[in-house]
Amino acid sequence: MNPLYIVLPVAFQLFTAVVLLFFWNKTNLQRGLSVAASITALALAAWLMAAVLQDGILVMQAGAWEAQFGISFVADAFSSTMVLLTSLAGLAVSIFSTSGIRSARVQLGFYPVFHLLLMGLNGAFLTGDIFNLYVWFEIIIIASFVLITLGGAKDQLEGSVKYVTMNLLASAIFLTAIAILYGLTGSLNMADLSIQVANIENRGLVNITALLFLVGFGIKSAIFPLYFWLPASYHTPPATISAIFGGLLTKVGVYAMIRVFTLIFIPDEFMLNLLIWIGGLSILSGGAGALLQNNIRRVFSYLIICHIGYMIAGLGLYTEVALVGAIFYLIHDIVVKTNLFLISGLIYKIKGSYNMKLLGGIYSSFPLLALMFAISFFSLIGIPPLSGFWAKLFLIEGSLDTGQYMVIAFITLGSFITLFVMAKMWLEIVWKKEGALPDKQSSTAYLAMPYAKRFALVFPIVLLSGALLFIGFGAEFILAVAKQIAAELKDPSAYLGAVLKRGTI
Amino acid sequence: MEILLSFITGFLYASGIYLMLRRSLVKMILGLILLGNGANMLIFLLGRMVKGEPPIIPDAAKTLAGIYADPVPQALILTAIVISFGLQAFAIILMERAYKFVQTDDLDQMNSTEEDI
Repeated sequence: MNPLYIVLPVAFQLFTAVVLLFFWNKTNLQRGLSVAASITALALAAWLMAAVLQDGILVMQAGAWEAQFGISFVADAFSSTMVLLTSLAGLAVSIFSTSGIRSARVQLGFYPVFHLLLMGLNGAFLTGDIFNLYVWFEIIIIASFVLITLGGAKDQLEGSVKYVTMNLLASAIFLTAIAILYGLTGSLNMADLSIQVANIENRGLVNITALLFLVGFGIKSAIFPLYFWLPASYHTPPATISAIFGGLLTKVGVYAMIRVFTLIFIPDEFMLNLLIWIGGLSILSGGAGALLQNNIRRVFSYLIICHIGYMIAGLGLYTEVALVGAIFYLIHDIVVKTNLFLISGLIYKIKGSYNMKLLGGIYSSFPLLALMFAISFFSLIGIPPLSGFWAKLFLIEGSLDTGQYMVIAFITLGSFITLFVMAKMWLEIVWKKEGALPDKQSSTAYLAMPYAKRFALVFPIVLLSGALLFIGFGAEFILAVAKQIAAELKDPSAYLGAVLKRGTI
Repeated sequence: MEILLSFITGFLYASGIYLMLRRSLVKMILGLILLGNGANMLIFLLGRMVKGEPPIIPDAAKTLAGIYADPVPQALILTAIVISFGLQAFAIILMERAYKFVQTDDLDQMNSTEEDI
């Protein structure tokens, strides 16, 4: 049996993008179609996840070629969870964009490219072939290039010069790593590579390849010494686009890193220490950067780096408990970061500024919105019982198990920095009396908007805040999934068996 | 042949990285292109070069016997070339547009996005 429906999330996004191309100038129709398609995609992703949780790992061999000859698509618990989260974030951003993106930008092709980006993300999560992963990465970056430059404002172009350069460099390094890996093994299938790499005599070359993968994925996921492009570019496009970038693009790098370092290259002592230090230093440097900024989107950009560190450190601990923590953090972080950037967009719509010094008075004029912000802010810090707390609990448990007490210090310090940053932001944006805004007109523009437009701005934030509350209060369910993912990652025999059809190895 | 190609590959990587470390936009783009070409050469090289043994199964046989040229690296390179062509075309246009706005070729001058609002 060849379950073709695994690639439905990919194919459906492609189909949507193509359909949207036919309605280039009909902006309102595009908006409606995009939301409808995103709802359908979410349903498809939920169905795929249910199928995976029920039947175990699903494998589709493209063109019915046996594994290692053809390209495999694999839906295990990890990839289907990521596809579900992508669709959730995609739906939120799609709804938000109905009034967050101007018609001029829609006419430049925002929606088709947005759906192509989601297609690339879904493909990257579902593929079981390392070169195919490279191709999906390229689809993601070319779509993101278009989105980040869309409209072509001055700071957008300047930011994207850095973004484009670093991503092209990362791709070149990734391709180099694939070349060496192919030279070593003669295979591209990740399951087959997993078996072959373990048997290679020349460990030095294997370690160098692993480091090349680390650098390639590290640039994409913005880890410690390689992150400078991120705070230079993520705050330049409209908030809607920042939201999909902040929520998903760095996380696909983390996904690839976790996948490669649990399946293909089992890290040795040196690699684990390296990952732990990179994680810890990402936490510190991202946090330190966030302390200094006044632009709320730049604060969030630095916090992305800070929180990527938690996942990398979790991977570096490499016990099942720590991986549960890292996966839980990944799930939580996608939702919370998307929501934070959407919140920044909403604040901009209300107040007409991203500058914390100029903002204020949200609580006095919009108390319910302030409550929504509080959910996301507190989840991000990890105040129990909200979502960030559970992930950190498992990370700390993992570091106690392995005796890596440095990680506990990093995690705790990072949480305190986040607490400080978010508390400052809360005071500046929500509680402080409203200051003199430079552009007073835009603050009344929000109230003058028709109800449907305001609803489109607020509803996605409510949706994602609801998801955050579910991750926090329904942690039992998320934890069951995270535990299954971690178990599958730690012992890939089920994955190998499903892909290579050799029974359990 | 392998020795020569190894040197060419190494030279492409080295000059690509050197050009990227310069401050000029145009040199950076050229560096990226060279780096991409170097990666393609590396795939070709590491895919083991075999001369005059096409991977065609004879009528009488069911499988290939002996050493044959691996077609996979060429498929990979073709894919990579097409992708990098698109990306480079985009990057060149982007640099051109950015140059028009910023009016400088010096990457050190392009830091207005780093300033606090």
